[in-house]
Amino acid sequence: MFSSFMVNTWIAATMVAVIAGVVGFFVVLRGSAFAAHAIPHGSFGGAAGAVLLGVNTILGLGVFAVGGALGIGWLSRRGRHDVATALALVLMLGLGSLFLSFSVEYAGAVYSLLFGEVLGVPSDDLLPMAGLGLACILAIAVLYRPLLLTSITPEVAEARGVRPGRIETGFLLVVALASTMTVPVVGVLLMFSLMIGPAATARSFTHSPLGAIVLSVAIALAIVWFGIAIAYVTNYPVGFFVGTLGAVSYGCARVWTGWRRGRIGATSPPGAATLERELRAPLLPAAPPGR
Amino acid sequence: MSQFLDAIFAPGFFASAPVRAAVVVGAVVAVVTGAVGVFTVIRSQAFAGHALGEVGSAGGSLAFLSGTNPLWGYMGVAVVAAGLMEVLGVHRPRARDVATGLVLGAGLGLAALFLYLDTTSSSTTGVTVTILFGSLFTISQPMLPDIVVLSAVALVVIASCYRMLLLSSLSPELAAARGVPVRAVAIAYLVIMAVAVSLAAETIGTILATALLVGPPATALRLTKRPGGAMVVAGLVGVAAVWIGIVLAYDSFYWPPVDHGWPVSFFVVAMVFVFYLGSGAVAAWARARRDRRVGALAAMGESGCEPHVDADAA
Repeated sequence: MFSSFMVNTWIAATMVAVIAGVVGFFVVLRGSAFAAHAIPHGSFGGAAGAVLLGVNTILGLGVFAVGGALGIGWLSRRGRHDVATALALVLMLGLGSLFLSFSVEYAGAVYSLLFGEVLGVPSDDLLPMAGLGLACILAIAVLYRPLLLTSITPEVAEARGVRPGRIETGFLLVVALASTMTVPVVGVLLMFSLMIGPAATARSFTHSPLGAIVLSVAIALAIVWFGIAIAYVTNYPVGFFVGTLGAVSYGCARVWTGWRRGRIGATSPPGAATLERELRAPLLPAAPPGR
Repeated sequence: MSQFLDAIFAPGFFASAPVRAAVVVGAVVAVVTGAVGVFTVIRSQAFAGHALGEVGSAGGSLAFLSGTNPLWGYMGVAVVAAGLMEVLGVHRPRARDVATGLVLGAGLGLAALFLYLDTTSSSTTGVTVTILFGSLFTISQPMLPDIVVLSAVALVVIASCYRMLLLSSLSPELAAARGVPVRAVAIAYLVIMAVAVSLAAETIGTILATALLVGPPATALRLTKRPGGAMVVAGLVGVAAVWIGIVLAYDSFYWPPVDHGWPVSFFVVAMVFVFYLGSGAVAAWARARRDRRVGALAAMGESGCEPHVDADAA
């Protein structure tokens, strides 16, 4: 399991889990699960196009992921957000099916792009992955406060001159960056499951943003490592284990919070209230008296 | 004239049995998804609709393993997934996104497993592409009656709870006050959406099914605000997209760069997208015209009135 060809797998999977855990926290917080599904999934079309043209897969993925992020932003300005996301997604996938039909020898790679091929990551892919991952983390660090503000207290954000539209586009671009980095290795399914499951689980345990991010990364790491280990032993696809483990971890969290709430007898819904207090406090320190 | 027709419909178009089946099935499915999808757009449930279609991949691949028709697989898994989403709290605004996402992730995990088993058991890779991207020309003839009956059932259910559905979609509070069982209506609608999107998956594949569920209804709702009218327009737009897609796909057998046809699902999706963009332009033009007329009326009413000029200057 830890032989030389598996070392790359462990490194790649660890990087993917860290990125997915961090970006996923904001995906769950902002309710952008559909966009987080659509951007990596749609970028699959770009990979098919890249193979057809004979260029690097990462280039194709990147072009489609960024194009998808900008397209969703552009279409949502003129219509409903979820409709825009759905249409951008099916258009990219439709193009993908067209490219696929042109290059027959590619049919086998469809499966690995969609569901991941963690076992057997080439060494050449590790450096670009690390670079893109670092860019993701930096972008999240820069966008950290405006992202939290526009997600939790949009009115405060607006009062402070944050443009929600720009932040949303910026965030979609971060998701696009993360997809470009991870899809060729782990596939669409793994990336999406890793962004939703761990972050949703973490959110039901802690209300502090930083704590939730750390916890979400930890859960993502546990799921990925565990998933790879079982996949290696059983020879079944790793996407299956990661997909189901994400759902299982969230199910456990729900049962636990339900049990705790029943024991304490607390009726207040968790989450937003605490976060909001935490955010507001340093922002509005000197509220004039009598207001 | 006949030369012109020949240029549009490649020779043999009307004589081909698969084409005839595709034309019938495509039209029936487009009508159903158009009617069902109007509420998907009004209720902002495009993500749920997409997830229900995509988890159908697990059912389709399982059905392939057991040798039954994929449609039953799509539908079985989609209905179960609709129930799971409901349990996880898709009815609560805050939990909705996560509930849908988790069901989608788990469903895709199962699809990964079953597709893997498909490819290892039959040593073909084609099944993945067929299930995910569909092929309207390979619909088996014995499935025709089943598809028509299922479509009719979905339409009857939508028609019979039309008023309850509309009220609880536009204003849940008002609907609850009027005694509409909002939660039960929501569950029933999820199931109907699962059936509709499974039918769409049978025609253009599980991951493209959303195009028919969301595209034509969104197009229609840009052109008319009345839900009943939008259902009719959505049906017409959907049928047009599917039929144009079929004609183009049939013609594309003679197109470069390969000597086989382009995928029909691509053309259907592309047409849906073109119609959506076109409706945006039409709606913008209509709005501009209305504004101009209102503006002209306002100007007439205020002609010679000083404050009007002041307002402009300010």
